[in-house]
Amino acid sequence: MHIVVCIKQVPDSAQIRIHPVTNTIMRQGVPAIINPFDLFSLEEALRLKDKVGARVTVLTMGPPMAETSLRKALSLGADDAVLLTDRKFAGSDTLATSYALTSAIRKLAEEDPVDIVFCGKQTVDGDTAQVGPGIATRLGFEQLTYITKIEDLNVASKEIVVQRRSEGGVQVLKTKLPCMITMLEGTNTIRFGRMDDLFRAARYELKTWSRDFTGAEEGRVGLKGSPTVVSKVFVPKPRAEKAKMIQADADTSEAMAAAAIDAIFAAQPKLAGDLLARAAAGL
Amino acid sequence: MSEPSKPQGRKFQLPEHLKVYQNVWVIVEQERGIVHSVSLELLGEARKLADKLGVEVGAVVLGAESPDLNRICGDAISYGADIVYKVTDPALADYRTDPYCRVMTDVVNTHKPEIVLLGATTLGRDLAGAIATTLATGLTADCTELDIYADNRSLAATRPTFGGTLLCTIQTLAYRPQMATVRPRVMAMPERDDARTGRVIEIQPDLREEDIVTKVLNFIADREQNEAQLAFADIIVSAGKGLGKVENMKLVFDLARVLGAEVGVTRPLVQAGWATNDRQVGQTGKTVRPKLYIAAGISGAIQHRVGMEKSDLILAINTDPNATIFDFAHLGLVGDALKILPALTDAFGRRLSVNRMAG
Repeated sequence: MHIVVCIKQVPDSAQIRIHPVTNTIMRQGVPAIINPFDLFSLEEALRLKDKVGARVTVLTMGPPMAETSLRKALSLGADDAVLLTDRKFAGSDTLATSYALTSAIRKLAEEDPVDIVFCGKQTVDGDTAQVGPGIATRLGFEQLTYITKIEDLNVASKEIVVQRRSEGGVQVLKTKLPCMITMLEGTNTIRFGRMDDLFRAARYELKTWSRDFTGAEEGRVGLKGSPTVVSKVFVPKPRAEKAKMIQADADTSEAMAAAAIDAIFAAQPKLAGDLLARAAAGL
Repeated sequence: MSEPSKPQGRKFQLPEHLKVYQNVWVIVEQERGIVHSVSLELLGEARKLADKLGVEVGAVVLGAESPDLNRICGDAISYGADIVYKVTDPALADYRTDPYCRVMTDVVNTHKPEIVLLGATTLGRDLAGAIATTLATGLTADCTELDIYADNRSLAATRPTFGGTLLCTIQTLAYRPQMATVRPRVMAMPERDDARTGRVIEIQPDLREEDIVTKVLNFIADREQNEAQLAFADIIVSAGKGLGKVENMKLVFDLARVLGAEVGVTRPLVQAGWATNDRQVGQTGKTVRPKLYIAAGISGAIQHRVGMEKSDLILAINTDPNATIFDFAHLGLVGDALKILPALTDAFGRRLSVNRMAG
C-alpha cells in the first residue's frame, strides 16, 4: 500500500491583520502552520498504516519554506516527503494546482504505485475544496469527499467501505482502490509524534522536485495555466449608514436594555407582534 | 500562493469559438426527491444574471425517473428557469461523483452554457471540483456576490479571501463555462411564480451500472435534528470573544431561551472549544438571515460579517465604541455585554409575560 497525503502550509489565518492605513495584508510575523483540515487526513493515513501497513508519503507544493510543514508531518509518522517547488508554479489557481500536484503523484507512482491519495477537505486560506476533486478527476481515482469514517479496507481485494457526510444523512459507499479521500473535520485527533520519528524527521533528506522534474507542462501551471484571475482585492465597504447608537435615560444596564428593546421594536414592529403572539401562546 | 491586486475587470476579448457559450445554468441539487433550498436561491440569482446578459436560465435536474423529479422540474421553472434539462437514469438515483461528473460534462459540452452555478454543499462542492477539471475551466468557490462585467460579459464572482479578512473579485478569462458555487442562504430566496412557463428537455444518458465502481450500500438519514438550526432561525443571539470566559455563554443561552432564539458564535469561540462548530456563524460556518441578530461582544471581523450581514436587523453590543461591528450593525449599544445580556433577558421576559397575562 502506498498512500500519498497532500498538505498545504498556510498562514495561521486567525492571526492575519490588515494594515489600517494601506489596507494590505500584514504577513510579517504570521506563523505558518499545516492547514488544519489536512491533519485529519494525515492522521487517517497514519491509522491505515498502523492497521494494514502502508508507506505514507507527504506531498506539498509551495515555497521552500514549506519544508517545515513536511518535517512536521514526518515527525508525526509519515515515511517520505516531497516538496514540489518552482517559481513557475507561483500564481496557480486550483485547476493549475491540481495539475501540478497530479504530475508529482504520477512521478511517485512510477516508483511505487499509489493506492490512496488523501487531501484536506479544504484549506483555511483558500477555502475552495477544489484541489482534492481536481486530483481525483485527473488521476481517474474514485472520489470520496467529506468522509467521516473508513469502515473497512481490504488490501487483498482493494476494496474500501466508507461513510460519507451528505446533506441530510450519511452515505455508506463501497468502492475500489485507487481512490482520493478527504476527511471531514473532527473525525479523529492528530497524534503526538514519537521521539524516534522526531529525530528521523530532522535528519530526513527531503525530495525537492521542480516542474521540469515532474514533467508538468509550463503552460498549464502558474498564472498561464490558471483560468481564473483575481481582478480586485478589497476591504468590504461599511454600510452607508453606521449603526444608530442607542441612548439610554440612565447609565444602568436596565435602562440600556429597555432602550434597546424599544429600538428593536420600533425598527421591526412585526417582530414585536410575533414575539408577543408567541409568548401569549405560552411557548 | 499570493494573488496581487489588479485593476477591476480584466479587459480581454473572448475568442470566437467561446462566444457560442450562452445562458446561465443552475445545477439543481436534489436528493431523494427533496430539492436543496440553495438551488432555488441560485435560480433567483441566475435570473438576474441572465437578464443582464439577455440570455435564458437553464436548470439541470439529475436523478432517476420519478414523480418527485417531475415536480422538481416544475419548481425550477416557477423559481426562474426558462429551460429545464431533465437528465434521468437509474444510475443517477443517488449522488455519486463519477456518473454525475460524466453526465454533467457531456451535457455542458453539448449545450454550452456560459455560466454554471452550484450550491456550496457537500454535493455541489464535490461535483463542481470534478467537472471544472474535466471541462478545464475556472471555478470560484463560496461566492457572496455575483455580477456581470458589462464590457466583456464575463462573470464577476466576489468571495471572501485570506480567511475572510478581505474580499476579492475573481474572473474567468478565455475559458467557458464560468463556474461558481454559492453557500446556502447567501442569496435571497426568489418569489415563486406558478404562472411562469418553460420548456423541458429530456436527456437520457447511456449509463451502465456495471461501469460505475462506487456503490451506495446504505443511506443513514440524520435522526431528529439535534444540531443547532441556525440557518433558518428568526432570531439569533451570538457571542464573541468579548464574553471573556466560557461560563458567560450561559448569559447568551438565557436570552435566547426567552426569545425562542438560536445561539450563534464566532470562529474563535469554536476554536477555543466554547461551542460546537454547528453554531459558528461566518465564512467557514453558517450564513444566516434572521429577522433579528443580537451580537454580544463581537468585534465584527469580516469572517463573521459575511455570515450575518444580511440579517434584517442587527443589534451590536460592545464596550468599544470604535468596534468594526458598529460599521454594519443597524443598532448599536456601547456597554458591557455581561451586564446588558441579563438585563435584556429580564426586560424581554417581563414584557412578554405581561402581555401573556393581558392576553
